[in-house]
Amino acid sequence: MTISADTAPPAQPRPTHFGRLETHLRERRDEGRKLLVPYITAGYPADDWTVLVEGLATAGADAIEIGIPFSDPVMDGPTIQESSTLALDDGITPEGAFARLSDAPEIPVPLVAMTYYNICYRMGHRRFANALNNAGICAAILPDLPLEELEPWSRAADAADVETVLLAAPTAPDERLPRIVEQSRGFVYGVGLVGITGERQELAASATEMARRLKEVTDMPVLVGVGVSNPEQAAEVVQVADGVIVGSAVIRRILDSGSIEAAIDFVAGLRSALDEH
Amino acid sequence: MVDTTPAPGLDDQSMMGDPGPTGRFGKFGGLYVPETLVPACKELEDAFRDAWADPSFRAELDELLRNYAGRPSAITECRNLSKELGLRLLLKREDLNHTGSHKINNVLGQTLLAKRMGKTRIVAETGAGQHGVATATAAAFFGQECVVYMGEVDVRRQALNVYRMRLLGAEVRSAVSGSRTLKDAVNEALREWVATVEDTYYCLGSVMGPHPYPYMVREFHRVLGREAFDQCQAYLGDVPDAVVASVGGGSNAIGIFSGFVDTRSQLIGVEPAGGAAVGRGVAGVVHGSMSYLMQDEAGQVQEAQSVSAGLDYPGVGPEHAHLADIGRARYEAVNDTEVLDAFELLARTEGIIPALECAHALAWIVRAKDELAGQTVLMNLSGRGDKDVAQVQGIRDGDPEALQTVDFGDEVNGSGGNH
Repeated sequence: MTISADTAPPAQPRPTHFGRLETHLRERRDEGRKLLVPYITAGYPADDWTVLVEGLATAGADAIEIGIPFSDPVMDGPTIQESSTLALDDGITPEGAFARLSDAPEIPVPLVAMTYYNICYRMGHRRFANALNNAGICAAILPDLPLEELEPWSRAADAADVETVLLAAPTAPDERLPRIVEQSRGFVYGVGLVGITGERQELAASATEMARRLKEVTDMPVLVGVGVSNPEQAAEVVQVADGVIVGSAVIRRILDSGSIEAAIDFVAGLRSALDEH
Repeated sequence: MVDTTPAPGLDDQSMMGDPGPTGRFGKFGGLYVPETLVPACKELEDAFRDAWADPSFRAELDELLRNYAGRPSAITECRNLSKELGLRLLLKREDLNHTGSHKINNVLGQTLLAKRMGKTRIVAETGAGQHGVATATAAAFFGQECVVYMGEVDVRRQALNVYRMRLLGAEVRSAVSGSRTLKDAVNEALREWVATVEDTYYCLGSVMGPHPYPYMVREFHRVLGREAFDQCQAYLGDVPDAVVASVGGGSNAIGIFSGFVDTRSQLIGVEPAGGAAVGRGVAGVVHGSMSYLMQDEAGQVQEAQSVSAGLDYPGVGPEHAHLADIGRARYEAVNDTEVLDAFELLARTEGIIPALECAHALAWIVRAKDELAGQTVLMNLSGRGDKDVAQVQGIRDGDPEALQTVDFGDEVNGSGGNH
């Protein structure tokens, strides 16, 4: 007897139409394009992070993941932790980040918020969903909110047309993956390795394996992130996956150079590698 | 005799019963972990439930608790201090266990479970070092590889325990992120577990974290509550009027509360004023479960401040949040000045040097002596104070570094919780 096998509440019915993120990513994928989603930390660098968002869109991002810093980011490695700490020390708050995005010029690609559940819970589910809408963010990733705890957030998110992207990890047994893709909106985020965010010398074999397992159970876009560190690794992942998410490698270029230009150039390089694929 | 059955009711009728497969204590608890860890938490729950229902596992653990940890621990009546305070004070002597605190109960249970699950590598977090020392001890006993994360600040103020862990063969890693205390040691241990989950067992040190930890750790500490209940029956012919324990994450308090929750005894948890998660916290999610949490308006977790590294934690176990919510237990906060006075008081009057953690419980008893006048009070003396002697000496001698560990400006919050 496996008493703990299934404690997730019944699946929310899928909305009858795709949301903005999923529509956008499906269209681009179906044109034969490999998808690129870079990650940035809201509030880092303090003065020009919204300029960075614009720059990444121009450099060929298909969507942009915006991390809302949290004090205790257990899924993140040292690079993203450092950018989060710097942003928090500079006084970034979720409300402040949303206000800056509202004031910025409209970004031509969808924005996806990535933060930890306590930020959302503290603000309140409906208020958080509405705040994302008002900031022009159409989707959310909450890495410490697995299927088991997804409600009531997913109910509030669906009601507000905010797409909740779920993660699928290499440790998941096969029978869990269909339930994850059923509940995921926008795309499904395949975790590329057993571990936290950060650059790796080699692409883990689990990255393409994760993509293959997800492609078997869904036709929604399958993107792989965590441990995808350079153009070569990105090109390798998209031999199976529909696209990649790249975070620490982008942030490190800003930490190293003190300027956003190096990150924009790096993302342009990723774009070229994916297009040559 | 070592007996871990609930007292006096049946488990499923107890107010501290099985939280079920969702791991909920009322609205608190749950499983808020990265997707990578979900299968491991489920595997752990299955393994724990299977082991806990297996008489041979219980017998092996009972034998270890008796012959390795030295259970049962005594109950001591404080003859001098009782007179001074005008009440009858009994101490449950968890300081007499092997490794010097209650932590060994949980650690023997978990490392025995790890062995049963075929895991050969143990990861743990520690604050003051008591859980780290206990884990390193059990890992040495079972021949398991052991890595302990400890906040950099705590590594400095608990140097003796760092050496103990190394002596026991454990690798101690400094957590250098955030506030560099227990909260950050938990973050680092969780990150390590995310990366090594396939061969590593995470031996969490308190009744916190994702399901099944709050439930499992409580069950492993139930032995101390059950013993105390039986000892009170034999010694008093009754239950005490009040049961008092310090609360950081809350494991020693959960252990002793579990023995009296279904009786008439009043239950009081005592938090540090600078880390009063129940007293001043707001519901939130960190480290895998929903509970009361010290956090700012935006949901950023705040840093706890306490003279006691072991209580320097901004959250609290979810079952404490639930016991507070339903009004079954009451939570009070004491400041560092009161704690230092209580530390010296017990040494002087009873010849027992308490850990700074449990000096919190005594500090509240001293403050509440009028309210408690004439009552029988059972306090959990969860650990011995040898590890804290150098720090307290430094504070009393005016050593600047030792003084940095004390917040003399704390407002005394005598009104209990705000829930």
